[in-house]
Amino acid sequence: MKTVSRLLMFLAAISIGLLFLFPMWKIFVQAPQYPEGLQMHIWVNKISGNTEYSLQNFNILNHYIGMEKIEPDSFKELVYMPYIVVFFMVTGVLVALFNLKRLVLPWVVLLMVAGSAGLLDFYMWLHKFGTNLDPHAPIKIPGMTYIPPFIGSKNLLNFHAVSLPGTGSAGIGLAILLGLVVYFLERRRQSKRLNLNS
Amino acid sequence: METVINKFRKVAPKAALLVAVAAGAALQGCSGIEGADSASTATAVAGDAASQVYVAPGKHDELYTFMSGGFSGQVSVYGVPSGRQLKVIPVFSQNPENGYGYNEETKAMLNTSFGFVPWDDLHHPKLSRTDGMTDGRWLFVNANNTPRVARLDLKTFETAEILEIPNSAGNHCSPYPTNDNEYVLAGTRFSVPINVEGDGKYEDVNFDEYKDKFRGSISFIKVDKEHGDMELDFQILVPGFDYDLANGGKGPSSDWVFFTTYNTEQANTLKEIGASQNDKDFLAAINWKLAVKYAKEGKAKEMPAYYYHNKLDEKTHIAKSEVKKSVRILRPEDCPGLMYLIPVPKSPHGIDVDPTGEYMVVSGKLASVIPVHSFSKMLKTIENKDFIGNVGGIPILRYESVLQGEVKEPGLGPLHTEFDDKGNAYSSMFVSSEIVKWTLKDLQVKDRIPVYYSVGHLVIPGGDTKKPYGKYLIAMNKITKDRYLPTGPELAQSAQLIDISGDKMKLLLDFPTIGEPHYAQAIEASKIAPNSVKMYSLEENTHPQATKKESEARVERNGNEVHVYMTAIRSHLTPDNIEGINEGDEVYFHVTNLEQDWDVPHGFAVMGNNNAELLIMPGATQTLKWVPQRPGIFPMYCTDFCSALHQEMQGYIKVSPKGSKTPIAFSTGAKKPKG
Repeated sequence: MKTVSRLLMFLAAISIGLLFLFPMWKIFVQAPQYPEGLQMHIWVNKISGNTEYSLQNFNILNHYIGMEKIEPDSFKELVYMPYIVVFFMVTGVLVALFNLKRLVLPWVVLLMVAGSAGLLDFYMWLHKFGTNLDPHAPIKIPGMTYIPPFIGSKNLLNFHAVSLPGTGSAGIGLAILLGLVVYFLERRRQSKRLNLNS
Repeated sequence: METVINKFRKVAPKAALLVAVAAGAALQGCSGIEGADSASTATAVAGDAASQVYVAPGKHDELYTFMSGGFSGQVSVYGVPSGRQLKVIPVFSQNPENGYGYNEETKAMLNTSFGFVPWDDLHHPKLSRTDGMTDGRWLFVNANNTPRVARLDLKTFETAEILEIPNSAGNHCSPYPTNDNEYVLAGTRFSVPINVEGDGKYEDVNFDEYKDKFRGSISFIKVDKEHGDMELDFQILVPGFDYDLANGGKGPSSDWVFFTTYNTEQANTLKEIGASQNDKDFLAAINWKLAVKYAKEGKAKEMPAYYYHNKLDEKTHIAKSEVKKSVRILRPEDCPGLMYLIPVPKSPHGIDVDPTGEYMVVSGKLASVIPVHSFSKMLKTIENKDFIGNVGGIPILRYESVLQGEVKEPGLGPLHTEFDDKGNAYSSMFVSSEIVKWTLKDLQVKDRIPVYYSVGHLVIPGGDTKKPYGKYLIAMNKITKDRYLPTGPELAQSAQLIDISGDKMKLLLDFPTIGEPHYAQAIEASKIAPNSVKMYSLEENTHPQATKKESEARVERNGNEVHVYMTAIRSHLTPDNIEGINEGDEVYFHVTNLEQDWDVPHGFAVMGNNNAELLIMPGATQTLKWVPQRPGIFPMYCTDFCSALHQEMQGYIKVSPKGSKTPIAFSTGAKKPKG
């Protein structure tokens, strides 16, 4: 690989680290009596919000409709996801460091698979929480489910919910993009060389 | 042509109708006294007044105004220019609405050397200062009846501290902060026997010994720069007059504080006559920096005293009382240069120092002029020893030598003066019910506006600081009579908002206030609003009886005391079924509000409790005492509509007959409570 490609590959590996600095996903909700809004931030290793108490306040609101309490400890994903992220970072750096050109594409593809698996998992969470409602809930509206939007916005009773990927997810996107750039740069270089050789 | 005629045809009936209505109104106006009054009122209000005071729904006011609640013992907070009441802060009076002075945490705030005093007469709010400007940190207020000074924290809008003032009676001349809050000064209205020679205790005194035995005192309360904590540093023993109001100097006069006095005749009965004999009373000028220096040098003599100092702990929200046993006394006769007396027309009320610090304006309610004294002339008069006598060794300066000039024919009953940012002064006229605007430059009256009725103090935002904000003036009236819908014999007290931004004063708004608004302080909202606390941190709650998780909620018996460690969160109390309590037990509910969200207080009340309720802010713990007087099932519930399930936020307590051996039991829901 050329130095530029190796540098880009290195950047791709490092950009995944954004997941440790920023949330992967953010869910914003707003209601007439919550003009300041409530935010839930989903990270690779934790669930937080715009304030220290956002999660408690989400749970208080959710208990009226019988939604299961969101307890970060109960998500095993939050435990193993950081290892996966570190794995991709380390392997990405190794590819750059040892010039393992052939592994660039597999690395990118694997990252895409992992990212998609993450999205799928997130979608299942939303679905599970939105539909698995306590039959003894104080507020029951026949036929109503409370699946938050996966991406985009949705009205849920008095709340307007908006769900968007966070800067952490952009890190994965960037890594995939840079990985593909490296792959194509190298392929072009190789085909040029082949042409020259022939 | 035709179209014009058509137009006229269309408009003519409407115009006729308008004319008829106007005529009717005019006729009605002439027919009765009330109508005539409202017509005159209408002319006094400027045409665009409504738009000047209109603060659209959801928008915030430009200024906070803190008004004394007078005999309600509280401070009320208003938004200006809208005149909307934002809050009532309990200070010296018990407040069942939020449990202040009723719950176990705040009862100690009202402790005094006379025992628990559940009420007072709150007269003068003064905002804390930094470099001669209001800084929005604290509000100091006085209790007139049982002498005390309180400090309110403007982050929480709560009373943080109350300090009793010994050797004082009628703490009217209070509280006056210096330009950097170094001290808050408090003068006594009633002079009383102060046994400074003896052990400080009362010795039998007859009324006719007033002149010999009765003394006034000026208390120097030191204020902690960072936290605001007060401490009575020392007192100056002053002649036995009545001390009425005070104000600190500014700029060149920063080291001085001025106090108006009356009853320099030292009458002890029928003071309305006895205290009105001398043509002139005094303005007492005290060099506070020098006083502090003398006290530091050891000139202050320690004497026994007995007074309370009550403080609310920020983290536990528990008030604790400390009993103080001594006070240091400074005597002017031992301290040359400490104090001077400046003659002023009889029975003065307000003493106000202009923004430059050069002029001292004295409003004598029985005087026909407003004298304006000059600070630089005062210093010169002292330097020249241009004295006309002395009172107990305190020199009396020559009136004419200190006088800058007099405002002639200002009106009747001048009471109090404040200043705008353009060199104008505004004086309230109690007797002629008006505000009079005059200039400091030439002491000429420029404008006057009637107020309804009998105005006492007035306030201009920053009008007592070195750089007034100006723009508005609020007149605080003692009498309202026909200004509002009648409410029986006891009528609303009133404030009137006046626009002072132009040459002519314009009446903008009347709004009723609580108690009697003696004085007020107004401050830009931007100095307070950003620091306003939204909730208390549950994590930092160090209340010894706090219950921070539902799993820790419990009931414990200790002899005939039962302690309920309860939590409140939307929308249940834990525990909500309690048994094992006997008739006659002393039950303490320590309720912690587990919420950590904005504007979610929970209330707590028990049926038949001879006590108030609790109103617990998010993250705080409060304790309600209850002594059940008969067996039965007693409901308890949350009193603050907290959520959609607020009505369900309730529970039961089972009380067994005296001496029953029913074991303590408690629960919430079918399962044991989980954190």
